[in-house]
Amino acid sequence: MIDILHIILFVFLVAIGIAIIRLRDLFAAVMLAGIFSLLSATLFTVMDAVDVAFTEAAVGAGISTLLMLATLSVTSSEEKPTANRRQALIGLIVVTFTGAALIYGTLDMPSYGDPDAPIHHHMAPRFIEDSPEEIGIPNQVTSVLASYRGYDTWGETTVILAAAIGVMLLFATPVVSRRREEELLAPGEGSG
Amino acid sequence: MVTRHVILRSLSKVLIPLIMLFALYVQFHGDYGPGGGFQAGVIFGAGIILYSLIFGLPKARMVFRLRVLQIIMASGVLLYGSVGIATILKGGNFLDYNVLAHDPVHGQHLGILLVELGVGLTVCSVMATLFFLFTERRRREDV
Amino acid sequence: MFDPGLLNYWIIMILMMTGLYTVIAKGNLIKKIIGLGIFQVSVIMFFVSMGKVRGGTAPIAGEGFEVFSNPVPHVLMLTAIVVAVATLAFALALVVRIKEEYDTIEEDEIRELEAGEEG
Repeated sequence: MIDILHIILFVFLVAIGIAIIRLRDLFAAVMLAGIFSLLSATLFTVMDAVDVAFTEAAVGAGISTLLMLATLSVTSSEEKPTANRRQALIGLIVVTFTGAALIYGTLDMPSYGDPDAPIHHHMAPRFIEDSPEEIGIPNQVTSVLASYRGYDTWGETTVILAAAIGVMLLFATPVVSRRREEELLAPGEGSG
Repeated sequence: MVTRHVILRSLSKVLIPLIMLFALYVQFHGDYGPGGGFQAGVIFGAGIILYSLIFGLPKARMVFRLRVLQIIMASGVLLYGSVGIATILKGGNFLDYNVLAHDPVHGQHLGILLVELGVGLTVCSVMATLFFLFTERRRREDV
Repeated sequence: MFDPGLLNYWIIMILMMTGLYTVIAKGNLIKKIIGLGIFQVSVIMFFVSMGKVRGGTAPIAGEGFEVFSNPVPHVLMLTAIVVAVATLAFALALVVRIKEEYDTIEEDEIRELEAGEEG
């Protein structure tokens, strides 16, 4: 069973998701995406994932929103109204079938919060029972993250470094674009 | 520019040190409560970003030079990797912190501390650098 | 047939599909990236909700707590969130470069410009 807090948060999340689809003002959509992250952080706290909630609140609602706003200030803040009904129809069909398949897939799953679910019987008991003695720190998420799966976390740190290097390389080019350069060289002829 | 946003500027002067102090708390208290290198790095980076939003990009770039940030972000990954190399040299497996100290539990403590510090350094400097790069792009376009 | 314990997963699937629809049907590149973000958060939510144990508490050992939620999905999803922000930054940088080159971030307009260049 899921309690009333879950239902309230989920209703808000679905409403925000639909509002993001409908909105054409990109500033509003970005702000709603930030609220979406913050609400899902609340939901993660309810689901006992405090570390995930902390990260989601800091990263999703903070840094992601900031980066998107910085991008909007360079690009345009209004989505062009599209009359492309075909694309919307294709999207709707794909989404309906994928969603139905995914929901069909959940029918075999153990219900929410079931202690007898297979996921809780293979690796987790070892971490939960032994990590306070083996590693000596109470936060099991930190001990799994930094010690048992340390190699994984190193790779992840490298991914962040790689992203920074990638953005630096993309922005290493001069700002004046190819098209504008052509316009400057040949004024009055217009662009292609 | 100097007279604008008086309340924001004076308030953020109080808030930014607190934000950075909280980041350090999250960094080194991650063993006992929620938190760790990633969260701490993001919060510290948010402090830097707040500074540059309030006091302007040129001033922030004077305090946090891009070159220094680049060195810090690389040295974070390097610190993580060198902890792994150190454990190999001490006779253990890669990133097996048990051999770092005489007592395995102490070794784990030391290893996790260093590794999380490496993660925190990288994440913090990457977040600040990304923000600087994006905002810089706009400033140059205006010229 | 109807198990109220599965309702959680179904709502997450609906959220996931909201994100997927935004990615497919919207032509604006920033809107697509926001949709991708919604999809990502829904997948993370799905994993985290699988790790929940009824009556359990957050996986931090302490006096008087016996039942903990599963820490493994939490660790995996922590990783996913941070990688998500890395890919988001790169995607946004690509959008900025596209805007500079084509002067638009609408997919169909970019296609038209590309077709005009070839023809």
